[in-house]
Amino acid sequence: MLSGQLVVRLFSMASRVCMSRGSAGSGVIGPVEAAIRTKLEQALNPEVLELRNESGGHAVPPGSETHFRVAVVSSRFEGLSPLQRHRLVHAALSEELAGPVHALAIQARTPAQWRENPQLDTSPPCLGGSKKSRT
Amino acid sequence: MLFMKGNKQEAKCGFSRQILEILNSTGIEYETFDILEDEEVRQGLKAYSNWPTYPQLYVKGELVGGLDIVKELKENGELLPILKGEN
Repeated sequence: MLSGQLVVRLFSMASRVCMSRGSAGSGVIGPVEAAIRTKLEQALNPEVLELRNESGGHAVPPGSETHFRVAVVSSRFEGLSPLQRHRLVHAALSEELAGPVHALAIQARTPAQWRENPQLDTSPPCLGGSKKSRT
Repeated sequence: MLFMKGNKQEAKCGFSRQILEILNSTGIEYETFDILEDEEVRQGLKAYSNWPTYPQLYVKGELVGGLDIVKELKENGELLPILKGEN
């Protein structure tokens, strides 16, 4: 019989794992997420690639792949301004961005920058977007 | 000029709200445009700037970037000169 405390710890560990899987709650990596990962790996040869599907936190149906956050660490970003770095990421994902993906938070870092702060940021909470009703 | 979801009084998107907070903290005057009110502008601007997401901040007609870039510029102390049009 598991102690109450152990159950609580296991539950919170499990939910952290589910969150870090980067899905919209279902635990499954969808085709858009897989495509984003593949394309960024091919285009930027990253040392680190952290990708999170944040659609579950927005006003879209469950299982959506519309809102993502990505941290890409690549020496290809050396000497490039933030705008230029983001444009490289956009170029790699032009199909997804013209299609289902409607929000993409980007942390584009050189390896040296990432070592100083190796962390995927968190996104602000959704405020409803076009579905927010007028008061 | 900030193209965003909602307006200064009522942001309709968490990213738009964060960029408002950052811009407000600089004390610089700026205008906003609610892209949720005009689908033509919403799609047209993405094509014009070749930038796929909102919010989008422009200074003197040039794209500065979205929330992530504005945050980085603020952290590096580069945002205020850009907003003042000093570079």
